Amino acid sequence: MASIKRRLFQARDHFGCRSISMLQDMVLHDETMLGALMSYLTVQVSELFRDPAYFRAIREKVVPHLKTYPSLKVWIAGCSTGEELYSFAILFREEGLEERTLFYATDINQESLRKAEAGVYDLDRMRLFTENHRLSGGKTSLSDYYTAAYGAATFDKSLRRHVVFSDHSLVTDAVFAETQFVSCRNVLIYFNRDLQNRAVALFADSLSRKGFLGLGAKETLRFTEHHDTFDEFAREERLYQKREAA
Amino acid sequence: MSARPRKAVVIGASAGGVEALSAVLPHLPPDHCPVLVVIHLPSNRQSVLADLFRDKCRMKVVEAEDKAPIDAGTIYFAPPDYHLMVETAFTVALSNEAPVWFSRPSIDVLFETAADAYGPGLTGVILTGANEDGAAGLRAVLAQGGRGLIQSPETAYARLMPETALSFCSGATVRPLEHLAAELLKGAA
Ligand SMILES: C[S@@+](CC[C@H](N)C(=O)[O-])C[C@H]1O[C@@H](n2cnc3c(N)ncnc32)[C@H](O)[C@@H]1O
Repeated sequence: MASIKRRLFQARDHFGCRSISMLQDMVLHDETMLGALMSYLTVQVSELFRDPAYFRAIREKVVPHLKTYPSLKVWIAGCSTGEELYSFAILFREEGLEERTLFYATDINQESLRKAEAGVYDLDRMRLFTENHRLSGGKTSLSDYYTAAYGAATFDKSLRRHVVFSDHSLVTDAVFAETQFVSCRNVLIYFNRDLQNRAVALFADSLSRKGFLGLGAKETLRFTEHHDTFDEFAREERLYQKREAA
Repeated sequence: MSARPRKAVVIGASAGGVEALSAVLPHLPPDHCPVLVVIHLPSNRQSVLADLFRDKCRMKVVEAEDKAPIDAGTIYFAPPDYHLMVETAFTVALSNEAPVWFSRPSIDVLFETAADAYGPGLTGVILTGANEDGAAGLRAVLAQGGRGLIQSPETAYARLMPETALSFCSGATVRPLEHLAAELLKGAA
């Protein structure tokens, strides 16, 4: 909540309001304000193959398990502008899993979801993304997956063939599918413990027996109610596996 | 379970900060109130600080994990590339939001959120640095009735940060580096 408070005050200043109640007034009277405010209140930072060690661990440790399934459902919860989704799509193609997989990419920020669906990023970010991809154990060249023009990199639409984008809130919405892998990174840090508990309960419900859950580099289940529902699968990389009996 | 302490110390440092902290942290006794630290370092994402200080200190040293309770006897370092914040429930929270003063973690963010949670129980310490981060944060600490401590610019590797903090916070105490630990212990319980 400390983070929300900071951003609310920033939004107040940005929109030229003297007080939070004046900001509230603006939002209630002007529909376009809600989207604008949303962009202030939610943090949208992302990268392709962010924390390469996470994707390397998926490649090396999780993929062998996933290969034993005839079909897979993967949920990217809080996908923001899509970087994490494209990382998964590319990794799954490289590992020969793409054809049997359906990805759900969800977020509460509609504007971000639109960007995720477009798959267009600044060309000058590709250097970092390429390096991340290489460090993640990438087997191909990242440039195989996008076309560059006018300072922008547009990711190949074939990467979206197995993707459903959807508006979904981890705070208010319910489980919508049984999945084998949930990746929810750098979203739970913005939740207090109660909201974290709710979100992780959704993941536990959605995951099939021995399904995998991946979190952000500094996130942990340790301080949630559900740490007993999962085993640490790759501790450093924050990968968990749902327990047999859970 | 240790009782949730209502006292805490927050420390901010930039250029020259590792050395300055080495003159402070090892002097704190194992049962000292919690200490939260932001040092600006290049964000190569290697979390070396906790490892670096673990052997030198008598307090327990950890890198802060999201939603961890803030316990006495423990020093929490901000992980590189995340803001470190204090929740009013006396837990830590991490955030990826935009850098402040080109810095993430930012000292202002830590100090302002900690001031909200601890109020008069908080001591803020500004050490060496070539950056203006921390000054607004220390002012927030004082505004909530907390205590401000600034390394004297003459003993700082880089003077800008302590000088800026000084100009923002006339109510803060200024001490040379070698006296900072003693000054901290005066107020601590
Ligand atoms: C920092 S981004 C993380 C992007 C990506 N997962 C990564 O790690 O790079 C956080 C995302 O969480 C989303 N978010 C915040 N609250 C949410 C909620 N209640 N339900 C779903 N998504 C939420 C935000 O809109 C934002 O896109």
